[in-house]
Amino acid sequence: MILLFRIAATHVRNRMRQTVVSTLGVALGVGFSVAMAGLMEGSQRDFMSTLIEAIPHVEIQDEQRAPALQPASERFDAVAFHGLRPKEDLRGIRNPTEALASLRDWVNGSMTQRLSGQAVLRYSGQDIGLTLTGVVPRDELDVSKIEDDMRQGSLKDLEVTSNGLVLGRKAAQRLGADVGDTVTLTSANGVAKRFKIVGLFHTGITASDEGFAYAPLKAVQILLEKPDIINSISIRLSDIGEANDVASRAERQLGYKAVSWEEANEGLMEAFFVRNVIMYTVVGAILVVAGFGIFNIVSTIVHEKAKDIAILKSLGFPETDIQQIFVLEGLVIGVLGAIAGSVLGFGLSSYLATVKFELTTDVEVTRLPIYFSVLHYAIACLLALFSSAIAGLIPARKAARLNPVDIIRGAT
Amino acid sequence: MTAPAAAPIEHPLLETRDLTRILPAVVPVTLVKDVSLRIGHSEFVAITGPSGSGKSSLLYLLGLLDRPTGGEVWISGTETDRLSSGELAHIRLEKIGFVFQFHFLLPEFTALENVMIPMQRLGKLPSREQHEHAEGLLAGLGLEDFLNRRPEQLSGGQRQRVAVARALANSPDLILADEPTGSLDSVATEQVFESLQKIVETQQTTIIAVTHDMDLANRMERRVHLVDGQIDYDRKQ
Ligand SMILES: Nc1ncnc2c1ncn2[C@@H]1O[C@H](COP(=O)(O)OP(=O)(O)OP(=O)(O)O)[C@@H](O)[C@H]1O
Ligand SMILES: [Mg+2]
Repeated sequence: MILLFRIAATHVRNRMRQTVVSTLGVALGVGFSVAMAGLMEGSQRDFMSTLIEAIPHVEIQDEQRAPALQPASERFDAVAFHGLRPKEDLRGIRNPTEALASLRDWVNGSMTQRLSGQAVLRYSGQDIGLTLTGVVPRDELDVSKIEDDMRQGSLKDLEVTSNGLVLGRKAAQRLGADVGDTVTLTSANGVAKRFKIVGLFHTGITASDEGFAYAPLKAVQILLEKPDIINSISIRLSDIGEANDVASRAERQLGYKAVSWEEANEGLMEAFFVRNVIMYTVVGAILVVAGFGIFNIVSTIVHEKAKDIAILKSLGFPETDIQQIFVLEGLVIGVLGAIAGSVLGFGLSSYLATVKFELTTDVEVTRLPIYFSVLHYAIACLLALFSSAIAGLIPARKAARLNPVDIIRGAT
Repeated sequence: MTAPAAAPIEHPLLETRDLTRILPAVVPVTLVKDVSLRIGHSEFVAITGPSGSGKSSLLYLLGLLDRPTGGEVWISGTETDRLSSGELAHIRLEKIGFVFQFHFLLPEFTALENVMIPMQRLGKLPSREQHEHAEGLLAGLGLEDFLNRRPEQLSGGQRQRVAVARALANSPDLILADEPTGSLDSVATEQVFESLQKIVETQQTTIIAVTHDMDLANRMERRVHLVDGQIDYDRKQ
């Protein structure tokens, strides 16, 4: 094996310039793939952690996955109902205190209850429609990040002001209202109630800055005429990995639909998956091109070294040896390229990680999120080695099958 | 294995029976036809014949580099027809050494390395001994001062002697030489010929050499003359 490697090495050394070019091809493929994978995974992780901060890990909603069974069907398999119109019912999760207590028994995390509904806000002769959410401020602070977005006042102020209201700053600006002002909210059923603005938030998402408001749960239940009813429970888990299990157990226990963050963002997960597939396709394409370079150089060497192949065969080297020599030549280039590419990729990622972007909309300085993982290097290097082995193998097989007699006759 | 018919050589090193090689083509070309030979150990055989009579073709068949279209080649009592290419290669490595008309050395390796390569591939000797053995072979051919020269730094005769040393590397039973002196002047020819003769005398090695040089052919103990791929005569002299 050492002997075959030495022979392969002399062949490669003889074609230094071509070797360097092919090596560079592999190195570029590996380097870019490593940098790209770091950027992709970095941005994915960055996005996910922002997402996981922002959304509940499990949300229990006031709906069922399947229409409610009639009691008769529950008892007897043969009973079926068609065209049945169920009795009008107030939508929502009843007995929230009990439901929360039973969840708190086993869920490892914090949770909050909410009741949301539409309301119209009136101030100084202007109306705007809002999604009003009734919250228990103390619980809400444990689960959501809304407090981070508060620009004036605090969500905690809702605890002491029973008719307090926290409003998006944009909405307030549109109305010309400010903290301390009193506004009127009217429900769809025509119930009106006066609220006092105690805080303003700004999330950067226009839809919520213009159309969301928070008030104490009790006040909202009165306004919407839904006493002791909520329409969602949000859970923030200590371990987000449990989300799916917790969701399905909660759903079985309470009978309401419980959605984990993974289920809620299924489309997003798929998009990330597709993005990774696209990335590795591009990487694969680069390495195929690099493979052509290797194929080219090894083929050239086989052609050039036909006489040496005949010599080795006449000396008693079997075909498998000849094949190995030329596969090794491809691999030598592949290994050199993979090493150089890993260095290049590391340098590139390190550089990208230091690049700063000043986004005009925000005062914050943003960096490209780069995630460093040994796995990226391993995958890129393995792909490179695989493609170089294949690229070497094709001409190597040809070399192994060369007929020494033809070559010796041709040379003498 | 059927016992060969009664013949002067009891246990031939090399035996062919009706060896035939036809090149398939629109008009098939017969390179070698019905050649039956028995060659024993320590023989020095000349193969002669006009140009195009099939001498080289016969040599390639005897060295298992080329495969016959008819007949058999036996080496040390083994029929080679059914052996795989790997097994044939191993026989070449262990038992056969080739010397071609033009030197066939690996250009990137020194004289010493070229001689060592078959030993390294066979791997029977520890590497220190390989080195010493190769040095000894080259010194025996008068090349002790050229061990570390690459082929391009050697004269034609020197290269040919390196090729002879390499053919001897694994102490083969058989050396096949195709016009080993064909490209050399008379002085170099004499050197190479004498070294071949010494090998036959001192080692248990058989040499079969194709030559155009009638003078040399006459100095060998046996001569096989080919005409049109067939044996014209095979005689001791
Ligand atoms: N590939 C081939 N295609 C057609 N004819 C061939 C081929 N190889 C060899 N021959 C023919 O086969 C015959 C035998 O060739 P070979 O090389 O064995 O002769 P030789 O006796 O060694 O001749 P020389 O003394 O010139 O070296 C020649 O007539 C040659 O032209
Ligand atoms: Mg010839």
